[in-house]
Amino acid sequence: MSSRTLPLLFLGLGGEMLYILDQRLRAQSIPPDKARKVSSEADWIEKDRRRVMNDIITTMFNKKFLEELFKPQELYSKKALRTVFDRLAHASIMRLNQASMDKLYDLMTMACKYQVLLCPRPKDLLLVSFNHMDAIKDLVKEAPPILSQVDDTYRQLIEIYTPLSSGEFQLIRQTLLIFFQDMHIRVSIFLKDKVQNSNGRFVLPTSGPVPHGTQVPSLIRLFRCNGEESRRFQFQSGGTYSSALRPGSLEMFGDRVIKLGTNMYSVSRPVETHMSGTSKNSAQNTKVNTTPNPLAKEELNMLARLMGGLEGQKPGSADSGFRVNLFATDEEEEEALMSRPDELSYGVLNIQATKDQQSDATLSRIMGEFSEQDDPAPRACSKGDDLLAMMDMM
Amino acid sequence: LSKMYHKEKSLQIKNSASALYNNLSVLRIAPRSLTYFTVVHANTVSIVSASWDGLNTSHRQLQSKEPNVATSNSLIMQAAWCVLPSRDLLVLTSQKGIQMYESDGSIMVYWHALDTPETATAQAVFARGIAAVRENYICVGEASGGILVFDIPSKGGNITLSEVLEEHKESITDMASECSGSQECIADMVSADDTGTLCVWKSGEEFQLLNKITGFDMSCSSVKLWKGTVVAGYGTGQIRLYEAVTGILHAEVNAHARWIYSLDIAPFSGLLLSAAEDSFVRVWHLTMTPESNTVEISHMYNECVTDTQICGAKFCDGDGYAFGVTGYDLSEIIRYTQS
Repeated sequence: MSSRTLPLLFLGLGGEMLYILDQRLRAQSIPPDKARKVSSEADWIEKDRRRVMNDIITTMFNKKFLEELFKPQELYSKKALRTVFDRLAHASIMRLNQASMDKLYDLMTMACKYQVLLCPRPKDLLLVSFNHMDAIKDLVKEAPPILSQVDDTYRQLIEIYTPLSSGEFQLIRQTLLIFFQDMHIRVSIFLKDKVQNSNGRFVLPTSGPVPHGTQVPSLIRLFRCNGEESRRFQFQSGGTYSSALRPGSLEMFGDRVIKLGTNMYSVSRPVETHMSGTSKNSAQNTKVNTTPNPLAKEELNMLARLMGGLEGQKPGSADSGFRVNLFATDEEEEEALMSRPDELSYGVLNIQATKDQQSDATLSRIMGEFSEQDDPAPRACSKGDDLLAMMDMM
Repeated sequence: LSKMYHKEKSLQIKNSASALYNNLSVLRIAPRSLTYFTVVHANTVSIVSASWDGLNTSHRQLQSKEPNVATSNSLIMQAAWCVLPSRDLLVLTSQKGIQMYESDGSIMVYWHALDTPETATAQAVFARGIAAVRENYICVGEASGGILVFDIPSKGGNITLSEVLEEHKESITDMASECSGSQECIADMVSADDTGTLCVWKSGEEFQLLNKITGFDMSCSSVKLWKGTVVAGYGTGQIRLYEAVTGILHAEVNAHARWIYSLDIAPFSGLLLSAAEDSFVRVWHLTMTPESNTVEISHMYNECVTDTQICGAKFCDGDGYAFGVTGYDLSEIIRYTQS
């Protein structure tokens, strides 16, 4: 529907991914049963965490990638977007197993759904994006090259989105809500905070401040033909509302006022999910995901253009990487992989489509461009193969 | 203190409702003691027919038309029944165009394609806003602000585009025709857009603009026209009543705490139904006093659909004896009947 949806979705999901990874990396950096040994060892782990975050953020804000992202276009399917985030999550020395990647994506998606749904005004979607951006900026404040890329993105967001009308923002929001439709995965932190019910649906309070520009429901005013008010009276609204707060700032710096999009995780509030009990509605989830072969190919083209700007996977085996587990133990992770319901899988891109793409001119050109960016020539071919291999793995 | 309405058994639908304005349409078929309901989910439309004795329901689903399989998904913006003296048609408006079906959804009688550019542009392309006007017109709004007027024969598929009205500068959100049944009303149709601008029209071979009511830069998402009065619902949660032909403001209600998604009027009783993202459905009563040329609105009833952003609410009959409600992510049509 709205061709301006993708950047906000990407920044929302990316922002949440960074919050989650940051929390997990911090949690994993201090072995629970060991006291701090040699200070240099602890420093090394902290340096690794910062390096992982920097690498991912650098990739997210890659100039060419963002150029493609901000072009007016229809929203990608869940499958396609998952592919982009898989690549992003692996843009560093960090490694994630399938089960952890699934869980990471579940958490990212449900957090974003929550933010979109609870946004007081559709225009506040931009404030939510700015909350994510502010946090990202804080993570890279000591790295000037990435910082300037982040600042450029703020400017682009301001330029493209601040002129949009309330109706256009609502269209963006409606487009996002279709993307998140029928997802009811329960998230432990949401359940604890009582913002999500045990059936996976979010709590919509009928109390609190009304959005900026809205009046507290209660007043009826009647007018005469000459414009004078003739009578006014109140009705019971059934809710307990209060006046609107001041609007958040849409400048590069400022108080955003709303809390949606800020980091809700901390080391003391761990990241967990439940998979059971949502099968009835999640089965409907996959119906929307299914796309016939020709559509998958069109989407692969768009994806390739988008990912043409992403850095390739770093070389090295899984062992040399720094593995992050989204579960408490390795056993739990393995168990989650085995027991994940079929209807909650993010889908498999059709293998036939990936073989077709070898002959597709657009794709070849992009993969050719991609390999030209590399310094060591032998790696050129493997990057293209990595892309295909990743598609196959999906 | 008895409640004005009580909840009945819900109708289950195969897919959950999408968050779209006016996402419920109801067609009452008295000769067959049936009521049809239609709800949009992404690129499909669910039609449920329910017998009045509550014993039988049947389901049908329609998809948006894709002239070219290789193109991207075509999401449906709205589905609504158009009741004309000679026939009822079901109209679907999507990103690709306008589909018209026989009322039970069995046969597609007409397809109109929108001008879709090769590559996506910043300006969205879609059709939204549907109204059956007088004897033989169906009007459909566009994202560009244009209104397509279709001439509908009493039967068959020989439907033609009569004219394109170009008065609105922003996306059409909703349209409505005069629903009182009175032949005396001068205004036949009202159209609303994303800036809250309302245009009042007289139908004919060439539609005539009777009045233009400027908005206050806030989207009017739902609009009705009854006895010459425009009832408009806005993104701020406000409802305003205007005299259609003059633009005089009769009433202003701070009705909802969130964006209004649906309005409906029961023409025989003057009951007004409003529904919003704030989870509330509210019933109001409109009274006309011709002597003083005033319109009054009073509040009658509230229903809170817990944890639901409502996207559709419609009366099931002309008296407002019953109404149905849809909500985002909800796979049912909740029904309420007067106690």
